[in-house]
Amino acid sequence: MKIKVPVKRPAKSESDQTQHNGGLTSKDFASGQEVRWCPGCGDYSILKQMQTVLPQFGIDKENIVFISGIGCSSRFPYYLETFGMHSIHGRATAIASGLKATRPELSVWIVTGDGDGLSIGGNHMAHLLRRNFDVNVLLFNNEIYGLTKGQYSPTSKLDSITKSTPLGSLDHPFNPSAFALGADGTFVARSMDRDPKHLQEMLKRSYEHKGTSFLEIYQNCNIFNDGAFFSYTEKDVKKQNALFVEHGKPMVFGHEDEYGIKLNGTMPEVVKLENGDSMDDLWIHDERDPIKANIIIRMESIYPKQNFPRPFGVFYEGQRPNYEILMQAQINNAIAQKGKGDLDVLIAGNETWTIK
Amino acid sequence: MSHIIEEKQNVVIKFAGDSGDGMQLVGTQFTNNTASVGHDLGTFPDFPAEIRAPQGTLPGVSGFQIHFGSTEIYTPGDTYDVLVAMNAAALKSNLGNVRQGGILILNTAGFDPRNLKLSGYVTNPLDEDQLSTYLVYKIDITKLTREALLDIELGVRDKDRSKNMFVLGFIYWLYNRKPENTIQFIERRFKNNPEVKNANIKALKAGYNYGDITEAFSSRFKVKPAKMAPGTYRSITGNPALALGLIAAAQKTGLQLFYGTYPITPASDVLHELAKHKNFGVKTFQAEDEIAAICSVIGTAFGGNLGVTGTSGPGVALKAEAMGLAVMLELPLVVLNIQRAGPSTGLPTKTEQSDLLQAVYGRNGECPMPVLAASTPSSCFDIAYEAVKMAVEHMTPVMVLSDGYIANGAEPWKFPKAADLKDIDVRIVRSKESEEKFMPYLRNENLVRQWAVPGTQGLEHRIGGLEKEDITGNVSYDPDNHQKMVKLREEKIERIADFIPEQTIDSGKDKGKVLVLGWGSTFGAIKSAVTELIEEGFEVSHAHLKYIKPLPKNLGKLISQFDQVLIPEINNGQLIKLIRDKYLIDAKGFHKIKGTPITKNELKEEILRVYQL
Repeated sequence: MKIKVPVKRPAKSESDQTQHNGGLTSKDFASGQEVRWCPGCGDYSILKQMQTVLPQFGIDKENIVFISGIGCSSRFPYYLETFGMHSIHGRATAIASGLKATRPELSVWIVTGDGDGLSIGGNHMAHLLRRNFDVNVLLFNNEIYGLTKGQYSPTSKLDSITKSTPLGSLDHPFNPSAFALGADGTFVARSMDRDPKHLQEMLKRSYEHKGTSFLEIYQNCNIFNDGAFFSYTEKDVKKQNALFVEHGKPMVFGHEDEYGIKLNGTMPEVVKLENGDSMDDLWIHDERDPIKANIIIRMESIYPKQNFPRPFGVFYEGQRPNYEILMQAQINNAIAQKGKGDLDVLIAGNETWTIK
Repeated sequence: MSHIIEEKQNVVIKFAGDSGDGMQLVGTQFTNNTASVGHDLGTFPDFPAEIRAPQGTLPGVSGFQIHFGSTEIYTPGDTYDVLVAMNAAALKSNLGNVRQGGILILNTAGFDPRNLKLSGYVTNPLDEDQLSTYLVYKIDITKLTREALLDIELGVRDKDRSKNMFVLGFIYWLYNRKPENTIQFIERRFKNNPEVKNANIKALKAGYNYGDITEAFSSRFKVKPAKMAPGTYRSITGNPALALGLIAAAQKTGLQLFYGTYPITPASDVLHELAKHKNFGVKTFQAEDEIAAICSVIGTAFGGNLGVTGTSGPGVALKAEAMGLAVMLELPLVVLNIQRAGPSTGLPTKTEQSDLLQAVYGRNGECPMPVLAASTPSSCFDIAYEAVKMAVEHMTPVMVLSDGYIANGAEPWKFPKAADLKDIDVRIVRSKESEEKFMPYLRNENLVRQWAVPGTQGLEHRIGGLEKEDITGNVSYDPDNHQKMVKLREEKIERIADFIPEQTIDSGKDKGKVLVLGWGSTFGAIKSAVTELIEEGFEVSHAHLKYIKPLPKNLGKLISQFDQVLIPEINNGQLIKLIRDKYLIDAKGFHKIKGTPITKNELKEEILRVYQL
């Protein structure tokens, strides 16, 4: 079978978000299907940012595939004019693995949620990450089951009062980034629906990473869990509570950038810059350091009394071979060593006899 | 020493010992040797689920049964002419199946007080006259093997592991065979371990020579080659045959073969076989679980590749939801079910045909899928090939049923030439055919949609598990559309009946008193029983189903020509439900659910009982 191998067109200008190389615009990526999320849902913004950045990658639409599971987030592929599959609960990761294993040239995106990706599909998520297929996972986290109308999810805070937990939830929640790092994910990042610029940047970084990109996106469910992330996403409090990490830059937050984080050995500490510490004393973020990435994503929960901010950005980016490349290499090696298989020889096997 | 050579037509040998005694290896080697001298044969390996079951006990007995001869062989045989028992437990669990006057070759070292106690013998059967109706050869195989290996630098434990080769050598002598193929096998297998290699070859030769120089054995046996159709043959077991059929189909279609699976008895050998043939471009993927296995296959099928997953009943249960997705997506893929005894974990290494209804009905919603059944080890090749053809030509997942008996049993196979394999029509759309928007659920005259794969410009579309609108494939909650789509999906599968051959009678006339209707691994037993009854003058016929969904179009007419229809199955009555439901006839069932194949003799009795009705 001949399948057209996509040619990545060089991006002319990344700052121009609608007009781009190759003539495609964000409108070309809208499927024309009526979008059916609840009015005010955070998913609208994520879809918009995705449609905005897609033309900038310079790939033809037919070489992009979005695969989703089940849940509100999983309607996503219907609204993009690419190839897409709205599959079954929790399995988008496994479906994407099979597709990428046999069509490595495609740009494969997995759209999932906190329930789909970490509860029913948690197993596959871990295995996808350790295999490091070159695919992109967008995990919309709203800390609630929306489509089934309001039960707690594996990322819901302890004691969450929901339809299924009228007396409060008992489950200790997952920290999705820690989960991804624990499974040896090679790209672990977090963004939010209500910061389009940051989200676009993170989507681009996900695309550029060679390996499984795990991008957790805070997404407001205004029906069943409204405001779950407002302390990090809303203008008046965002600077105080959210830390946007950038590679090679000191960790600074606060309305006036007046706070920083210092790292004493493995112990992080919030410092106020005017109290004697300067920018030079702060922790400089190094995306390539998986140990420090673990500290970043866990500091808030491990040291609850210190009021650490909630981190966003790329926590870790490492390199490891991609499964689909290794898989093809084994085949190429086998052919190099044994020659291309001859079907008649194979069917006949090692020992035959003839009856006349 | 000269020995009388007696000629035999057919022989059944059972090798039995502890699961660590290497009986499966002895059986496989003897099978290959038997095939290479031109006998027809059938085998039945029978082993415990545990890798090293408790030594010396009855549940720990591992056996390999082979039936070979100069006539056509359809089963591994009902009773044994020769039993090789490496210990007391092996004798105790098999003696009931040895024919009166049969040969017992007993390893006396396996009848020490400990073995006797573990196997529940109160007195030593070697000392009693309870074996007086058999021809008994008592050989201290353990001691003789150790003596033969005196000058080999190996520990006693390692030396004792060669005693299976002593047995094999002796049997080669007894049946007048040359042991060369096994010597070559040992040389290949232990090429990096010269001591073990030498020990095995020495033990093999010692066993052979032992027969030659010992006066105790007055006769050797000779079996003439079978009168088989001219051609080139090889020996094959069911699982490798499935693997070869899949590779053949991939080569024929030019599609990339992707086998996503999770290890499970008795299906894993399909994976092992495919993994050996990467130079055919085969991609094998050991997924994290059964669900991931079939989902990876759905992903690869969406990408325009040949996706196959293989498992056994418990795995099929886990895959059910994903099979439903494949039915909804109308993507081609193949699901292999190498059945074993259930329910739940059941008897993992024992055979059963109890997943037929699961195959036909076992998914949520109205979820039709074609079901094909292999009947013998070599038929697995054709079934796998045909399943791929059906899947890609009709854009549907296809279920293939085999079972542990077929998977592990061996038979001679007159294999086909690659060039003679049927053509397969792949419906991938290579480019956009018109200016209009691509309609993913537009169907041809056989109700088959097109296979539009990523990478094809202008064919971008979204599919999913939600109900599809006819033609457009858009999500639809319309009640009339749902009814229409349910009917369309069913009709699409039923129309496959137009593309499969009509059902034929395998043995006997096309009308008569009793039709024995079978499917799957009961083929050999039914064929043998019916053939004998016909020779004895009974009006009995045998038809064997390969296509279970859809059923062949003429089946109703075919079965109406008989007074009685008897359906023997290794389950509690499953095909019989489908036949009664579809044709409203009072079919009779015969159900054996013991984890073992139906034997010819018990089936003959049952056919005669129905004959009297």
